[in-house]
This record gives sequence, C-alpha cells and structure tokens, in this order.
Amino acid sequence: MASKSFSSSSSSGCSPASDRRISVLARHLVAENALSSSPIYASPTSSANSVFAHIARGPEDPILGVTVAYNKDPSPVKLNLGVGAYRTEEGKPLVLNVVRKAEHMLVNDRSRVKEYLPIVGLADFNKLSAKLIFGADSPVIRENRITTVQCLSGTGSLRVGGEFLAKHYHQRTIYIPLPTWGNHPKVFTLAGLSVKTYRYYDPATRGLNFQGLMEDLGSAPSGAIILLHACAHNPTGVDPTPQQWEQIRRLMRSKALMPFFDSAYQGFASGSLDEDAQPVRMFAADGGELLVAQSYAKNMGLYGERVGALSIVCKDADVAGRVESQLKLVIRPMYSNPPIHGASIVAAILKDGNLYNEWTIELKAMADRIISMRKQLFDALRARGTPGDWSHIIKQIGMFTFTGLNSEQVAFMTREYHIYMTSDGRISMAGLSSKSVPHLADAIHAAVTRMK
Amino acid sequence: MASNVLSAAASASPSTSPVTDLLKGKGRLGSGNVGSLFIKDKGNPFLNSKSCGRISMAVAVNVSRFEAITMAPPDPILGVSEAFKADNDEKKLNLGVGAYRTEELQPYVLDVVKKAENLMLERGENKEYLPIEGLAAFNKVTAELLFGADSPVISEQRVATVQGLSGTGSLRLAAVLIERYFPGAKVLISSPTWGNHKNIFNDARVPWSEYRYYDPKTVGLDFEGMIEDIKAAPEGSFILLHGCAHNPTGIDPTPEQWEKIADVIQEKNHIPFFDVAYQGFASGSLDQDAASVRLFAARGMEIFVAQSYSKNLGLYSERIGAINVVCSSTDTAARVKSQLKRIARPMYSNPPIHGARIVANVVGDPALFDEWKAEMEMMAGRIKGVRQKLYDSLTSKDKSGKDWSFILKQIGMFSFTGLNKNQSDNMTNKWHVYMTKDGRISLAGLNLAKCEYLADAIIDSYHNVS
Repeated sequence: MASKSFSSSSSSGCSPASDRRISVLARHLVAENALSSSPIYASPTSSANSVFAHIARGPEDPILGVTVAYNKDPSPVKLNLGVGAYRTEEGKPLVLNVVRKAEHMLVNDRSRVKEYLPIVGLADFNKLSAKLIFGADSPVIRENRITTVQCLSGTGSLRVGGEFLAKHYHQRTIYIPLPTWGNHPKVFTLAGLSVKTYRYYDPATRGLNFQGLMEDLGSAPSGAIILLHACAHNPTGVDPTPQQWEQIRRLMRSKALMPFFDSAYQGFASGSLDEDAQPVRMFAADGGELLVAQSYAKNMGLYGERVGALSIVCKDADVAGRVESQLKLVIRPMYSNPPIHGASIVAAILKDGNLYNEWTIELKAMADRIISMRKQLFDALRARGTPGDWSHIIKQIGMFTFTGLNSEQVAFMTREYHIYMTSDGRISMAGLSSKSVPHLADAIHAAVTRMK
Repeated sequence: MASNVLSAAASASPSTSPVTDLLKGKGRLGSGNVGSLFIKDKGNPFLNSKSCGRISMAVAVNVSRFEAITMAPPDPILGVSEAFKADNDEKKLNLGVGAYRTEELQPYVLDVVKKAENLMLERGENKEYLPIEGLAAFNKVTAELLFGADSPVISEQRVATVQGLSGTGSLRLAAVLIERYFPGAKVLISSPTWGNHKNIFNDARVPWSEYRYYDPKTVGLDFEGMIEDIKAAPEGSFILLHGCAHNPTGIDPTPEQWEKIADVIQEKNHIPFFDVAYQGFASGSLDQDAASVRLFAARGMEIFVAQSYSKNLGLYSERIGAINVVCSSTDTAARVKSQLKRIARPMYSNPPIHGARIVANVVGDPALFDEWKAEMEMMAGRIKGVRQKLYDSLTSKDKSGKDWSFILKQIGMFSFTGLNKNQSDNMTNKWHVYMTKDGRISLAGLNLAKCEYLADAIIDSYHNVS
C-alpha cells in the first residue's frame, strides 16, 4: 500500500503536499516496528500517521473550566462561584415557575409543529424582545427603524452583530472595556473585527475610572464601535450613573462612535426591567443608530436553551430592511436558522399579561436575593474585621462582584477553602447562600491576611 | 461632521414643523420626519451654513452608517417557502424546502418525539448550560447510531463528537477547524450540491472546488468524472461526500462505487468529509444508510462526519446535530475535540439543550428507539410511494418516450428533475409549483393526490419551455 501511493503520485518534489507525503511515508517506515505490537485492523493509522498529529490540546475555557474543576473536587464544603448561573438559597439551579407553565402549554399544544423557523427566527419573539429592551412606546419601534433577529443567546447575538459589522461597517475596530467578559475579545476577533480596549475599572476605588473612559473614547477614531454593558457590568458589577451615561452618550454621538450594547441582565441588576434598560433607551431616544445584543439566559433562567436577540437600530425603515437581509447572509452559513424552544417560551411569557407579571415578580425575587447576599457578605467581612474597604460589595450591582483579590489569593482560596471562582477575583453572588456566606467570608479573610 | 448636521438642521426653514418642534425642544431628534426634511430640500443640507443659536443637545448623525448596504437576495432554498406562502392559488404545491409532509401535506411531529418531550416535562429537568461540547448522553448515542455501537472507532474512543447546530452548524465547526489547522487545504464539493455548502466554506474562508457528480445525459452519477476529479485534487484535500440521499440529486453511489471512492481518497491522502442529513430517511434503515460512512471507518481512515436530526427525527427547528471526527487514536480525538470547543465558544458558547435531550431520550431508550424506527420506515415508505405514483403518472401521460425511471432510481427526499431554470420558473409561474431553480423537487412535499397534477406540470415545462 505504501509503495502504491508513492508510485501513483504525479506531483513534483517541491510542493508542501509532497513534502508532507514524504514525511508521512518516513514516519510509516520508522513506525513499522512499533506497529507490529499493536492489534491489527484494516489499514491501521497510528498517531504518528494522523492528519491531526499537529493539533495540540486546547486549554479549558477559563470560565466554564471553573465548573469542571469544581465538579472534580470531593470536598463537602466546596463552593462554586464561577459561572454566572443563578442558584437558589438551597444552592440549586432554578427553573422559573412561569417558564414551567409556558413550557407545559407549549408541549401540550397539539397544533404546534417543529418546522424550520425563518432565518431571522420567531417573529413574535423578535417583536416582543424589541419592546422589552426599547420600551413598548419607543420611537424606534413606532418608526419601524429596527431589525431584530433571534440569535443564540448573548454570545450568538454578539457574534452575528460582529460579523455583520466586519462585513458592512466602515470602521472595523471595536473597543471593549477593561476588564470585560472573557469571551468578548474572542467573539469579536473571530467575527473579523480588531479589538482594542478602553479604561473602565479603577482598582484603587474598585469603581469606575470615568475620566479614563472618557479620555479613551475621546481618542478613539471617528466611527469606531464601542461595546457597552447595558447594566450589571461583567465582571466588575460597576455601572456608570445616569449622569455619566448621558456624558458618554454625548461624547459618542459627537464622534459618531457606534454603540454596541451587551444586555445580559435586564431586570436582574436592579430588579426593574425598565430601570435596567435606561442606558439603551437613552441612546435609542436620540435618533442615532446602535446595536443591542439581548440574552434571556439569566433573567428568564433559560441558560441552556440559548435564547437571545440582536437588534440594530437604523436611521430609517428602508435601511433596517436592507440590514436585515444582510444579517440573514451571516446567519445562514453559521446555523441556518435558530432553535425554536426557548424563543417560544419567551414569546409565550412576554405576550401574556399574567405570565409577564408573574415573571417580573420572580425576576425581582432573584435580584433581591442577590442584593441580600451582597449585604450579608459585606456584614460578615466587617464582623471579622477583614482588612480593607469592602463597600464595593454592596455598591456593585448584578450577579458578579469584583472582589479585588489577586490570582494568588484566589488560588489560595481554591486550595485551602475549596472556593471556585475565576482568577480575576470575580465571584458570582448568585452562587452564594446564607449558609455559605460565612465560609466565603472566612476564606476571603484568610486570603487577605495570609497572602499579600 | 456631526456639527455640520446640527447646523443644517438648525438652519433649515423655520416653518417646517419637525425642525421647529426640535428647536422648541419638542419632537424627536433624528426621527423620520427630520430625515424627510433633507429629501424635500433640493439643496445639499451640508452646505447650508447658517446657524441658529446654540443647540446644546448632541444630535445623532442623520446619515445612516449603513446607507451603502444593499438588499441581499432571498435565500434560494428558504426563500421558496416564503414565496409559496404569499401565493393565494389553491392549486399551489410547495416542493421547495426539504421538510417532511404527511399525505395530508401537513407538517409532522413524530410520536416518539412527543413522548420524549412529555417524559422530559414530567422529570422537570433544569435548564443549566450544557458543556461547550454539548449533552454527553447525546454525543454518546449519536456516535453509536452513526458508526454502530460495536464499531472499533467507538470502543477505542477514537471519535471526537461535539453537538452542533444541526447539519449546518456541525459543518461550520468542521470548516473552521479545517481553515485553522489545514491552512490552504481545499474542500471538494459535488457538482451540484446543497446550496448552502459553498456559503459555509466561503464564510469560514476555506477554498473549495467542485468534482463532477451529476450527469445530465443519464440523469445519473458521472462516476468516472467524479473519480478523475478527486484524483486530480491536490493531495490532502477534503472531499465532501453525502452519506446517503444526495441533495439535490437523489443519486447515490453503489456500494462498489463507494469502495472505489474510498480507494482513490486513500491513494491521495485526502480526508473524507461526510454530510449525513438523512440517516434512516433514504432507505428506511438506519444501518443501511450509514453503510458508506462505516465502510470508510472500517478501513481505519480518519473522517469528518456532520450529522443532522432535522429530517429523520423531524426536529428541524430544534437545531440538533453533531460533528464527529474519527481520529487515529484516543489522544488525537481528545485534542481535536478540545479544539472544536474553542471554535464553538466564541460562536454561541454552548449548544441548545432541548433537541439534544429529545434525541438522547429516543435513541437511548430501546422501546422509543424501536418506535422511532417504525415511524421512520413509514416516512421513507411514503416517499417511495409518491415516487412510484409520480413515475406512473409521468409515463402514462407523457407520450414522447422520455425515460422517467430516474424518479424511481433516485433516493431520499429530493428528485433532480433535470428541469432547467426557465422550466423551473414555468413550474412556478404557470403551475404554482414551488421548487428550487436547479430543478430540485422535494418529494416530501408531494402526496399521492397531487401526483397527476405535478406530472402535467413537469411534462408541460419539459416539452414546451426551453
């Protein structure tokens, strides 16, 4: 067989393909002896002959990898404060009652089918998602200036938006805050954009570096894309005030910077859907264009269903129509059309007055529990006299707290106290309970006092 | 530029109400009204330099940043259904997209799927994120279904399986892997092939070229052309093969031809890349439809296989499929899997749970699995039935002596009629039969009652339109 492939080749000796062929054959010859000790199958290929031999093992995803490590730990006091998935006071995942209700309705509806959705997704879902983020009486909706397409949760919406901008927008640089969600730079780079950063977090105050932010946006080239966290900034939990948002808006509009909002926590941050949407609505109200990626992973607890939407607000309906047609060209070669189940659940809840109200109540309960955890952790650290100012724990908002702990302290907490979190010091408050707060406080106290 | 727009807005005729409202602090900036202001004014708004006091609000630019974007054409396949919906003629027939229809031409949700969903509801499972590679139970059963549970590739753990967004998403993951780790390597796709294949490779920036496949003279396989083109491709190319029920032609190689295809692929150190969207749907037998893939696997070859459960489990909109990479060793498979994960994470983070759980429940439960096999035989049987009836109608109505037997020889959901674009347009415009412009009809959208009508349409288009 080896001689057959050699003699049948007609390529000359200088091509990379024939180099590869020759080296494959060389490995064949070298490995002859090794092969005799392995079981015989038809035309076996050993590792050495694999076309994938040059593919190295990729590292575990830093955020999702935390849960992998947590699962491996046998300790009974282990705590998973890694990925941002809500947990109940009992430490259990939560499926909202209203989601269960909607799901029962859908599964028991005999008239429902599983036909392909349009490329842009479920029409009802799209309309209702736009209403949710922009407000039902928003001018951008009334004037039909938006295109909203269903995507795979926040990640999928960001990726589709990024690919669209890389193809059709004149400025291919996106500025992301420092720090930001670990997946952001990868999403945008693979989408074809070049990624830069703007100052955001101030470690000295554990708050917003507003001056740095304004300076960096001010020196960005005209038309550049700016990624903004709509609320509950991930990982810091630090949000601009309404006044700061207004200044950001003015600066951005004066430089024609394109806002791209990541809205993953609407309703989850303050407990109010409208309040958490204010920054987006502020920009939408000024008549300018913008992008918003919405996720229902957290606020409806639909994590694994992958439900989200990308909205692009355009100057007018005609532009929005053309933009939508181009979004379809991005989506079709990626996954053809989006998954129906989660979007149907969302649409059922948003369109029914009673279910919607029930949802807002359950949502507020989740947000309130997190706010309560913040308070409890803050109190626990104060009670222990842990050195440092921990008020940022109650000033920050949303699912995450940027503790300010460094990676050595984090590693210490994992090793000695079985606390699992990302190495940047971010903890998911959603993973805490009244019972586990003391253990976490002990761990932080030990880390701060024993490690630098 | 923003300030020019600002002063232009300010200096436009004060009697025009939108701007007056603006200046009075009423109305909305950048609304359609203000936009139309510029259309009404014949002059260039940017040249008008009179300013009208201070307006301190920062106005958004009134020219869209997306102005230059053109309207994209509708998707050639999915766009057909949209056109069909818009047609009010009662004789209309949708033979466009490959979605199974019952004899009553209704969409079909399999009984086993309903059972599985009810089981899932009863269990009250949570909705936590899946791992990036998808549901473990699904990945296990999907590889076993494809390769056979007793295949060495399974027992030796040599397959990297990652849950993907149906066939399209799984193909896309593989395409990105190819671009990253086999830079410059080409994918060879059949001529013709599913319309979205080229889009997937284009967006992944993988170069592609075609190998001859369909022979219009015989309305069959151009086997010699296929072998020649695969041989002529640069060594180490990826050869995209349809596992069964070739889309759009319905023409599959025979088992002997598959052996020869495998020979030439091995000879040239090419990498076979199977698209398996119809396992079980073509012949009615899951094992028989996987024979081509298993043939290659038995030779110890390294293979890419994209799977879809859209058709065979009727899970179209749930987007459930998988990319499988058969490797030479367990360790290699683990490395390849880790790199597939790195591709999925920045695309959508992790895949949707619902469809994966349905498949895992159906395939993993012996009773449900048997029920599924029966339903699948029923679906494949119905399609074979309409093929027969269509063939009978064509041969009895068409007196020209044209050989219509290709309808019976072709397999799966689609038939390549041999109609050209003009003839296909005639099918739609005159007969309200919706199909794709390449002459493909989806038999899944046909029932016995409409075979005669369709035969009339085909005969008319074939003979009276050029």
